[in-house]
Amino acid sequence: MNFLKQIKAIVWKDLVSEFRTKEMLSAMLIFSFLVIVIFAFAFDPARETTRAVFPGIIWVGISFAAILGLNRSFVAEKENDSLLGLMLTPADRSVIYFAKVIGNLILVWMVVLISMPLYFIFFNFQWAGSIPILALIIFLSTLGFISVGTFLAALAANTRTSEILLPIIVFPIVVPVIIAAVESTAIVLGSVAHGGLMSWLMLLILYDVIFLAVPFVLFDYVLEV
Amino acid sequence: MIKAEGIYKRIGNKEILRGIDLHMKEGEFVTVLGPNGAGKTTLLKILAMLTKASAGKLTIGGVTVDDNVAKMRGQIGVISHNSFLYDKLTAFENLRFYGEMYQTNNLKERIYQVIDEVGLQYSLADPVRTFSRGMLQRLSIARAILHDPKVLFLDEPYTGLDQHAIGILNKVLFKLNKDKRTIFMITHNYEQGLELSDKIIIIYKGKITYQDQAKCLGPREFKQLYLEQVGGKQ
Amino acid sequence: MNSKLILGRGHHILGGITFAMIALAIYLVFIWVPADAKLGVSQKIFYFHVAAAWVGFFAFFVVFIASIIYLKSRSKKWDIIGVSSAEIGVFFTTIALITGSIWGRTAWNVWWNWEPRLVTTLILWFIYVAYLIIRASSTEEEKKGRLSAVFGIIGFFNVPIVFMSIRWWQIGLHPVIIEADRVGLPTSMLRTLITSVIAFTFLYFYLLQKGIALGWLREEVNSLKSKLREKFD
Repeated sequence: MNFLKQIKAIVWKDLVSEFRTKEMLSAMLIFSFLVIVIFAFAFDPARETTRAVFPGIIWVGISFAAILGLNRSFVAEKENDSLLGLMLTPADRSVIYFAKVIGNLILVWMVVLISMPLYFIFFNFQWAGSIPILALIIFLSTLGFISVGTFLAALAANTRTSEILLPIIVFPIVVPVIIAAVESTAIVLGSVAHGGLMSWLMLLILYDVIFLAVPFVLFDYVLEV
Repeated sequence: MIKAEGIYKRIGNKEILRGIDLHMKEGEFVTVLGPNGAGKTTLLKILAMLTKASAGKLTIGGVTVDDNVAKMRGQIGVISHNSFLYDKLTAFENLRFYGEMYQTNNLKERIYQVIDEVGLQYSLADPVRTFSRGMLQRLSIARAILHDPKVLFLDEPYTGLDQHAIGILNKVLFKLNKDKRTIFMITHNYEQGLELSDKIIIIYKGKITYQDQAKCLGPREFKQLYLEQVGGKQ
Repeated sequence: MNSKLILGRGHHILGGITFAMIALAIYLVFIWVPADAKLGVSQKIFYFHVAAAWVGFFAFFVVFIASIIYLKSRSKKWDIIGVSSAEIGVFFTTIALITGSIWGRTAWNVWWNWEPRLVTTLILWFIYVAYLIIRASSTEEEKKGRLSAVFGIIGFFNVPIVFMSIRWWQIGLHPVIIEADRVGLPTSMLRTLITSVIAFTFLYFYLLQKGIALGWLREEVNSLKSKLREKFD
């Protein structure tokens, strides 16, 4: 029970801090909006081919916004060395990991919620699909992305050039998530034949399990003082 | 209260601590001095259970420190030259956060209690980023004693403090000492150390080279002794 | 650790064997084995491509094992083995990608094809680069080894999943193309391929020994430097 209380305390602290200034959230939202508009210039929304790449456009936008948010989750703890303060408490290191994952997920979900309609509007994409399944896909994909991303953000925070390093080390690792997310979104939006939705979802679940478990085990090593 | 036997710490190629034996009784106030790089902060980190020694045994409150270290951290408080505080939150929110992490009982009363002790009662609702250095350190003290730790570690607490803040820090330390709290302080400010503590230790190149009662020496004699010990290096 | 011990007689013998194996492989590839009926002589790059790719993946497996042992033991030896293997691995992976591209050009007239193994090799390349950049960005020696070891472990778990995801992706797009080149090799080609793979593996171990010796030399120099610094401080 203490485990959960401590996670709640950290998540609450992170969210309250963020909502005081809303620096990160606004940066992520504006960036998403920028991506939408730039892609709209790059890929003429009227063409049939754009419909085919639409799921890809969505996930590129979400990925870049997510990376932006990931970096700050540990950089904020470097001010005043508050990460040390956290590590001195009776909380397990894994509490810190899960709390940061949850905090980042909440931020990303907010960005997705707000930016999703914008994608459909700017690309004149007719909505034809199941919202619950799309929500499931977003949940599983962001979970995988953020769980490994948070872990690598903690790793990168230890280095001098963390903002540049983070995208470089995250993208090779999240390739499976991006592929699975784009493919399953394409199926749900009807751009592609119904075929393998189940297999993609299974892949996402497999990825989520592995990349929650492995960081959980290795997190202590990343946080060493 | 704290017993360290044969503590040895190696980081990469360097031997930071080469066999430290230290025994602190409950309620004892120990000041640790030594040149930069001698291993003082590393020793503090090991005793505060932030990091593990490469070899040696550590016992706190009679219990050996092993991998199930998390629960034991509740007995420890640490004050460093960094405040461990969150700039965007208010003083109250910062204390409440740490109180929740340490599962402190009667959190609200306790917060009011410690904030009074450090004289920041009028700044409870102010965000920490507006605090001066002295106020930051005082709030940091409040944070460290909030969960009523049995042992307090201080790493160069006087750095950058004004007289007012120094006064408050000394007042708090004096009171903690009277309440039989064990205190381990690293500082370069040996005059404060000599005045406040029961025992003085000098660490040089990873070993304890001097250990004695603080009252034995006056400040000038101590300075002489210190320079001898560390071979004229400051 | 004395680098002379590592590069002693054993190393020279390994060097000799490696030289012989590579010479044998070259002979087999260019002289002995017949050219492919359809593709002609240019197909022969395939023997080196597969061997290089094999070494690339094997080297990463070594990085994985070295990372785990390093995290447990913190022994400098395993950090040196890990980084040496990574440096050799990224080199061979680059070769695998370039030869793969050339082969694709000669076989199917495309400089790049999205075949699962090739793409996985590409992602492996990025993982190697990430591993090396983490080391380059780390401020302290201790962090360098620890952080890159952690990443080495995560990266290794990622590789099979990447392969799976790309394979399914490709099956969705091009159901037929996957097994096009593996219809079944005639024995002479198979023998040549295996010899090439073994020769490259020997080369890997030979280079690894050199890399480890270099790593220890670096250690020696650094420790001498810090001893001097202490003395003159």
